[in-house]
Amino acid sequence: MIVAEQKSLEEIRRMIAPYGRVLILGCGTCVTVCDAGGEREVSFLHNALRAAQARSGNGTQTFFEYTLKRQCDAEFLDMLTGRVEDVDAILSLGCGIGVQAIAERFPYLPVLPGVNTSFMGMTNEWGIWDERCAACGDCRLSETAGICPITRCTKGILNGPCAGTKNGKCEANKDMDCAWVLIYKRLEGLQQLENMRRYYPPRNFRAIPRPKRIVSKATIDVGGENE
Amino acid sequence: MSDSLFEEKLGSDKFLVTTEIGPPKGTDTSEMLHHIDLLKDKVDAINVTDGQSSVMRFASLGGCLLVKEAGGEPILQVTCRDRNRLAIQADLLMAYSRGITNVLCLTGDSIDVGDHKEAKPVFDLDSVQLLRMIRTMESGTDMGGNELKGAPKFCIGASVHPEADFIEPQLLKFDKKVAAGAQFFQTQGIFDLGSLRRFMQYASQFDVKILAGIIVLASARMARYMNDNVPGIIVSQPVIDELAGVEKGKGLQKGIEIAARLIRSIREEKLCHGVHIMAVGNEGVVPDILEAAEVVDVHV
Repeated sequence: MIVAEQKSLEEIRRMIAPYGRVLILGCGTCVTVCDAGGEREVSFLHNALRAAQARSGNGTQTFFEYTLKRQCDAEFLDMLTGRVEDVDAILSLGCGIGVQAIAERFPYLPVLPGVNTSFMGMTNEWGIWDERCAACGDCRLSETAGICPITRCTKGILNGPCAGTKNGKCEANKDMDCAWVLIYKRLEGLQQLENMRRYYPPRNFRAIPRPKRIVSKATIDVGGENE
Repeated sequence: MSDSLFEEKLGSDKFLVTTEIGPPKGTDTSEMLHHIDLLKDKVDAINVTDGQSSVMRFASLGGCLLVKEAGGEPILQVTCRDRNRLAIQADLLMAYSRGITNVLCLTGDSIDVGDHKEAKPVFDLDSVQLLRMIRTMESGTDMGGNELKGAPKFCIGASVHPEADFIEPQLLKFDKKVAAGAQFFQTQGIFDLGSLRRFMQYASQFDVKILAGIIVLASARMARYMNDNVPGIIVSQPVIDELAGVEKGKGLQKGIEIAARLIRSIREEKLCHGVHIMAVGNEGVVPDILEAAEVVDVHV
């Protein structure tokens, strides 16, 4: 899933300051799971903004709240019909994709990001999420025992550990496991160390050119209209 | 005949001595020039570091030019941290055209340990890929497969960490560097000759020259700091204790003594093919170390 972190209340207040009527818009998928922008966070933020305005003593802003099932898919955005006509801006608590999907749908409405979209990862334990995939477009996890060096090695190097690894940890952060130590040990357990002895050439950063687009081959085969 | 004087020496049986100079943070090159002048005739080659510990400094390539102009033999340290494959190839073409023909290929320290922590880490290549890229350039084409008008010819080396606490993956990477064409290795700092002996039992099967890294410590505090903060350094406890045992102000003298003792043992035991002295800020004492280790005469 996509993992995000809510921006500070101060930054959010600065961003929305020019707008009188603001819709706080949550998203029901990834950011709900990582406690950054689901229905609950929308409600908390709504209260926090109202309280901050009351404390400041000079607020005139009005807030509305709503949470979509998903912000990043056009069909789910239809639910916003009738909810955005009277607002001056949308504060999206969706990931960066959600923010942009809404911006594309409503050309004349300012859309502001309420979270910092951070990475693709998984839940380690409640309240802790770890990055696991860099979406490089050229997956080699079969060769690295299911542990991604591009994501989990701070240098993203492909041919084994650097000299900075100590006690199984990374030179960049003593709390972070060295990806290559993990890979070595798991490959050893799987009796697949040959994979690590092989030379890996430099990455192809055009595996999918930026901005990346995937066109479903199935759709092409049946004569679909995807570009 | 080789383009590199150092490469010719690698082919001989002599005990090799290299050292490194860290370029200044700023445009004042006077101290670096002083160190170059002091060291160029006392060692077989001088490495110029490439933003060591990810601290922004005067360019390694510029430092190598100064070594060359002074009549010394430079080893260009190239890391993959700050430049992508285009930039590194461009630098290498320029280096070769100016007579800089030795390259130490390094991945580079993490941006997180340096003084520009917010910078973008590049790491388009790693050390093994960099070694191979140089061999590709020597064959007359760049990494994109395009023909070069004039190809370089380098003597290339890499680093290895014999004192790593988990040596197996390091050895595996060492193998890859040898296969990629590394001709010499300058190791990370050695403090325990036992680990160097074990490493050499393994490394001696390969036709490469190993220069043991000798770090000159100036105090127990510096040793502990390096253990905690400098990637790839593990100062052993006996060495720290020895440094801690001297009176204030005599730490560097003890560091020189320890370095000289290590060098002498390595040479007498013929443990490996030479040493690479890293004085980290105390380059001026390298001649004292050579004298104390009695390796002065072998470099004229």
